Amino acid sequence: MNIKILKDILSANDQIAERNRALLDKHKVFALNVMSSPGAGKTSLILDTIRTLKKRKRVGVIEGDISSTIDAEKVKKERVPVLQINTGGECHLDAAMINRALENMPLEEMDLLFIENVGNLVCPGEFKLGEDRKVLIVSAPEGDDKIYKYPLLFHLADAVVVNKIDLLPYTTFDVDGFSKALKGLNQKARLFRVSCTTHEGIEDWTDWVLSTMRPPKQTSRRQPRP
Amino acid sequence: MHELSITQSMLDLVLEEANKTGTGKVRKINLVFGDMAGVVGDCVQFYFEFLSRGTIAEGASVSFRKVPTQARCRECGQEFTPEEFDWSCPKCHKVSVEITAGKELFVESIEVE
Repeated sequence: MNIKILKDILSANDQIAERNRALLDKHKVFALNVMSSPGAGKTSLILDTIRTLKKRKRVGVIEGDISSTIDAEKVKKERVPVLQINTGGECHLDAAMINRALENMPLEEMDLLFIENVGNLVCPGEFKLGEDRKVLIVSAPEGDDKIYKYPLLFHLADAVVVNKIDLLPYTTFDVDGFSKALKGLNQKARLFRVSCTTHEGIEDWTDWVLSTMRPPKQTSRRQPRP
Repeated sequence: MHELSITQSMLDLVLEEANKTGTGKVRKINLVFGDMAGVVGDCVQFYFEFLSRGTIAEGASVSFRKVPTQARCRECGQEFTPEEFDWSCPKCHKVSVEITAGKELFVESIEVE
């Protein structure tokens, strides 16, 4: 007997992501899912953002790594709530991991939550966590061809941050060509050029974070259709 | 790399649906994967054999229908399959696409005894 199913394989994950979203909404916490390949600067961008916005927004961080607490230790020095998830081999965070983490975060004391995903440009794309915005970082030394190699994440991102622009003179990364390709693939994504070493461009980025947070929950919480 | 979680989610979904029918064994599972989803069929097969042991889906064959990435040009409406390093429209050469297929990741149907 043949039975038609036609159901998304990750529908169970999506349902938990919706629950996470409802919980974050209830506490008026705005969540950013930060993704990139390993070493592109997720932790550095989060740290720079915390330092810039600390006096205006109460920030919390969930760190996702396969192992170690190195990143959480760095964030802890900024005296903000941080929780480390060790996925133990899994190459991405999923909604259930975030659900457990949220139960252990002081949500009532937070306005902005960074979820630092596991360094990977493939797997995190499929797993909704309950975030408000997806942020993708690509660093100059990685090359501007990443958008063609991993189109799904670039297609889904609400903001794309080109990091390490202080190294642009030493690479062949073509920011204008990259910007054009991004516009072609994803009309809604905002593009930022930053260096977490020299702090160039950080204010443009944090201005966007502040503006996308308001009005708090009326904008496109759902994935806007391009 | 995310095939393990995807296979587990797929198996959970298949078992839930098969149990609803109250039938015995699952013989075949038909999956649809878009190219952009980046799922490796061989890995799903490998994990499935391991994860399905002792369930009513043990021994079921898993078939994959791959859906190529399809784009529609926002400028001229041309439908096309993007090249690996080129998303520009083959007709008007502008780069502004809407993805119309290639993100699929679902269970199409199952065959049960």
